[in-house]
Amino acid sequence: MTKKIKNLNLNFGPQHPAAHGVLRLILELDGEVVEKADPHIGLLHRGTEKLIENKTYMQAVPYFDRLDYVAPMNQEHAFALAIEKILNIDVPIRAQYIRVMFCEIGRILSHILNVTTQALDVGALTPSLWGFEERETLMTFYERASGSRLHANYFRAGGVHQDLPAGLEKDIAKFCETFPKIINDLENLLTDNRIFKQRNVDIGVVTKDDALDYSFSGVMIRGSGIPWDLRKSQPYDCYDQLEFKIPVGKNGDCYDRYLCRIEEMKESVSIIKQCLARMEKGPIKTFDGKISPPSKAEIKQSMEALIHHFKLFTEGYRVPKDEIYTAVEAPKGEFGVYLISDGSSKPYKCKIRAPGFSHLQSMDYLIKGHMLADVPAVLGSLDIVFGEVDR
Amino acid sequence: MNNLIDLEKKINSELTTKINKTSIKHNQIYVEIDKEDLVDVVLFIKTNKDTKFRQLIDITVVDYPEETQRFKIVYLFLSHEFNHRMILSYFINENELISSLTSVFPSANWMEREVFDMYGVNFKNHPDLRRILTDYGFEGHPLRKDFPLTGHSEVRYSEEKKKVINEPVKLEQNYRNFDYESPWEGTKYIKEISETNDKKN
Repeated sequence: MTKKIKNLNLNFGPQHPAAHGVLRLILELDGEVVEKADPHIGLLHRGTEKLIENKTYMQAVPYFDRLDYVAPMNQEHAFALAIEKILNIDVPIRAQYIRVMFCEIGRILSHILNVTTQALDVGALTPSLWGFEERETLMTFYERASGSRLHANYFRAGGVHQDLPAGLEKDIAKFCETFPKIINDLENLLTDNRIFKQRNVDIGVVTKDDALDYSFSGVMIRGSGIPWDLRKSQPYDCYDQLEFKIPVGKNGDCYDRYLCRIEEMKESVSIIKQCLARMEKGPIKTFDGKISPPSKAEIKQSMEALIHHFKLFTEGYRVPKDEIYTAVEAPKGEFGVYLISDGSSKPYKCKIRAPGFSHLQSMDYLIKGHMLADVPAVLGSLDIVFGEVDR
Repeated sequence: MNNLIDLEKKINSELTTKINKTSIKHNQIYVEIDKEDLVDVVLFIKTNKDTKFRQLIDITVVDYPEETQRFKIVYLFLSHEFNHRMILSYFINENELISSLTSVFPSANWMEREVFDMYGVNFKNHPDLRRILTDYGFEGHPLRKDFPLTGHSEVRYSEEKKKVINEPVKLEQNYRNFDYESPWEGTKYIKEISETNDKKN
């Protein structure tokens, strides 16, 4: 007698704590082995690109905070750089250091979240409790500089919105002294932990060729042993003046990617320290009155400043006709902005290239043949945030 | 090729008739081709030892509704080996079929699905051309310039029918698109407005 066996279709998400947001994953299971994974995305689609086409360049910045909302300023950076390249304006050196410093704070924010929630997904609770305390400290730095913990809206074409408040530099320096100890504590909990290793070593292996073919970037490509980091290979702002190392994995599995993230956090701390040491007093945005708004004091004194202020906040600045692709090394990988300007004060087209989109696409390739329990581990190491995948 | 100018020469000499135009701007190379040559050109730049554009970064479309060739299809490539970026583009009419790149780059799969979803451009030989970002059962292609910013329908939970329903968008106030362009830099539009005002009176 023969028995008919049918594969089981399982709906994972969209409301599942290990789905890291609103992912609906349809899994085809043969027993406990995953045969096929079909991610359904778009549950958080807000039409960011359409909205940006209808806003002036300055009004478009906050939309970038809402993409990868665990590292908001890194996204703003890509947009600011794209406009600066088209307008061909220089950024004052202090502003460059401030921007790089906050991008590295964003990197730490994102990596803490990822490492600790990955640990949470495979059964360790403590790392997230310890890590989130540090995230809170970092977000107060965001708040003191920009006024809000998450949606900073701080970077502008030509610099940053305002100078750092008094005492912030000192507090960030203090954080840089205490934070390495926290990384060590996290490592003590995880790196040699038997359960953590059993759940991550040799899971979700990506070969070098596949990492290229599937458009991987960031930790996903470095974990597979390709030394590629846009901060080194196509340096923007003042990254070429700073010293830092690029950690590279060996086996391309979830565990190597975890190790890369831990090492990157240590490098980020060193970059922040260098920025603080080299930062000198000075202007924080370009002097061009047609692009950066005047100070409140100036508006009270000068008619020209008043006109500039009025025009900048109604019409906005105009960007000459051009086409450009600019990318930055966001914590999750290559975050790019493909911008087409038409000479008016609104972008004609702004395509956002989110790293998570191509990473999540490879889910089927990564998970085929793994057990159901490995799905959260792989998903965790992909570092998916739905704000940027769905846009 | 370590140099962008050499690379431009190389591409022009190897692919001669398939290339319509090349230029270098912002440290990137912009290449324009014909629709038919897409797969050949991409295979060449991916495999040739002097170009090695091994990674497809993104695919997107720019919509120019006034033009006869309405859509500009844009491909972004990255060569890790030589640290170059390439922007490849061609124009098509509305309703024209274009070849899929999924056989060359597996990552093209979702990117093409997104293009299909957002612009309604169809691909031939695509293994799984479904909508990706918009809702199940969505109609229209949101990133086209003639698609209104507010959309056509809105979703809510209906207490009578006990389910989620789609309704045409109802706005308390129409979406207003203010035009702040400096009048002294282009007087044309002031005339237009004053003429329309005169007619009303």
